[in-house]
Amino acid sequence: MRFFEFEAREVIKRAGIPVTDYGFTTDPAEARAIAQRIGGPTVIKSQVLTGGRMKAGGVKFADTPEQAESHARDILALEINGHMPRGVLVDPKAQVEQEYYAGVVWDGIRKQPVMIFSPVGGIDIEQVAEEQPDKVGRRHFSTILPFADFQAKEVIASTGVTGSALNRLVPIMSKLAKLFMDNDMILTEINPLGRLADGSFVALDAHMDIENEARGRHKRLLADLGVGEEETRQAREATPFELAGEQVDAQDHRGVAGNVTEFDGNLGLVIGAGGGSLTLFDAVRAHGGKPANYCEIGGNPSVSKACGLAKLVLQKPGVDKIAVMMSIVSNTRVDIVARGVIKACLELGEDPAKKIAIFRIPGAWEEEGFKILERYGVDYADRSVSLNDAARRAVEKIQGSPA
Amino acid sequence: MSILIDANTTFIVQGITGREAVNLTRECLDYGAGAKVVGGVTPGRLGREVHGVPVFDTVAQAVAHHGTPIYGSVVTVPPAFTKDAVFEAIENGVKLIVIVTERIPRRDVAQMVELATLRGARIIGPNCLGIIVPDVIKMGGIGGPAKNAAQAYTPGPIGVISRSGGMTTEMSSTLSAADLGQSTAVSIGGDAIIGQSYAELMPLFEADEHTRGIVIYTEPGGRMEAELARWVTENNSRLPIVAFMAGRFMDEMPGMSFGHAGTIVEGKEDTASEKIARLAQAGIAVAERIEDIPDMIRAKMAAPATGSAGGGTTGVGTS
Repeated sequence: MRFFEFEAREVIKRAGIPVTDYGFTTDPAEARAIAQRIGGPTVIKSQVLTGGRMKAGGVKFADTPEQAESHARDILALEINGHMPRGVLVDPKAQVEQEYYAGVVWDGIRKQPVMIFSPVGGIDIEQVAEEQPDKVGRRHFSTILPFADFQAKEVIASTGVTGSALNRLVPIMSKLAKLFMDNDMILTEINPLGRLADGSFVALDAHMDIENEARGRHKRLLADLGVGEEETRQAREATPFELAGEQVDAQDHRGVAGNVTEFDGNLGLVIGAGGGSLTLFDAVRAHGGKPANYCEIGGNPSVSKACGLAKLVLQKPGVDKIAVMMSIVSNTRVDIVARGVIKACLELGEDPAKKIAIFRIPGAWEEEGFKILERYGVDYADRSVSLNDAARRAVEKIQGSPA
Repeated sequence: MSILIDANTTFIVQGITGREAVNLTRECLDYGAGAKVVGGVTPGRLGREVHGVPVFDTVAQAVAHHGTPIYGSVVTVPPAFTKDAVFEAIENGVKLIVIVTERIPRRDVAQMVELATLRGARIIGPNCLGIIVPDVIKMGGIGGPAKNAAQAYTPGPIGVISRSGGMTTEMSSTLSAADLGQSTAVSIGGDAIIGQSYAELMPLFEADEHTRGIVIYTEPGGRMEAELARWVTENNSRLPIVAFMAGRFMDEMPGMSFGHAGTIVEGKEDTASEKIARLAQAGIAVAERIEDIPDMIRAKMAAPATGSAGGGTTGVGTS
């Protein structure tokens, strides 16, 4: 889950890394008060979880508190890439001599965190890596041994930075690495990290992403930052249809029937499991089909959960039929899913034979499942029909059906 | 022959009294020649039995009871306790750990992998279904009940490596239907950090003389496919590889994760199209459809290896 800049800065401050004397607010009048307290030129920054805010007019410079207020008012009303800002940051305009970059991410190949440092900051680090590779230092560090300052020193020195700058940067990089580990981050980045006229350093912007799976062990931090437990902060906001899918999945703890994502097609998908869903979604599209949704069933969900998911998809406006398809199942029971989707049709007063374009789930308890499907005249397929062919049959049926 | 496990492999199940673990134990005992499940561990349940398997409070007790070192462990404990369970197994001499548990934070996974590396142990998973040597042994829930596993998996020359547990079975079943059995199939897990990647398992398949071709299932997210492409290029592998790439639609939806936690695309190199290009460059054929895989791998096995001018046995014996 991504943090807003104002949250990331707070985390950085708590870790003992110097930050500017900024203020966060959702109120233009308060922005003015913050600018007054700062007592000099300020930068007003939109707090949105999307890139390109500078270009979009989400960052403005103010010479007076009055200007700060007026900029704050404009920015608070400015939508950027479909996101409304959470608030604005009022930041003193620092006199920066040089901008640096410091970050920590995971390396999935080495299976260790890696520190990244560059004396060329303020721009995208990937661009620096491409254009001036000798200006980007990388160093992995152990997840078991205690972090040691010399590791931070090495990555900074490897980029040619020496003198007092090196010695002042080491504790900042060390603290960032420790913060990354202690808070289960998957990304922490200070960019730019500014060097001021007196030689001191200050974090001018920060990006952070905490691992969703670890949120449970950072409840206090998240509560302090005011992050609600329901906030997922996906790349786009969940739609009402997707939220309803989450409710279906949460109705009991048995198995999964969720991860619903909305699309705008006419073929409803009740598919699984993780890899099977990806394969099937591709296959439907490859045959010219238009999925109404993505979803995942797995881990042997209850009949009522499978029913709930199928009902949700069937009731989605524009959905003519559903295709019920999975890769060969070993844990999930075929008969339970069959019962669930048939029940969904019946409860909605629909004929399962007409509404279910195809049922292709081979595997555990398939004889029992196929018997039930036969009783209701539902077109089904066993493992001799590939995922791809099942998807093709579903698409052909829906394209042949009256719109 | 096989990689990682064989008919003589002994293992324990940590978290054996959980509902899924009880089923998994039954499945492993029933499959092939019957796995040597020499014990189970659930703290506080010393003295119980699960399908005749004795339950202990600690791994040390299980090892003492067995009398000699235990080779493997299947770990099915909840995410918050997994790291401790895996550390316990490693520190008690276990060499192969299959982690079934999902939703373990990366920090914990990295720590488990780092300790395993220090101690000369190997981790498969997390978020995986385990390993199967058709008709011989299975370690984990892979393929499901013995009856179902026997339907999908047959012995033969193909090594299967997959980031999806279910798709391991789907692909193996397709291979079996085309008379292409499997030497070993490994569900390596769907997370961003996993114990063993394609490139780390390749030397084992390379050293297994009965394996003659490799089929892999891949997804967007991560650099594992790039690592495999590099490994294949640098090691002059004797083994032809066919890959299947799922989740191509995700290229249009940056920042979204579907299917497995590891599918989140974090850089340019992780997209489906970029991976397909990279694999193809290394001479790895990428199948559009699962049903095309048997003919593709058969053709590749019949043709003289393109990448290895020096003959077919170059990689055997390397580790």
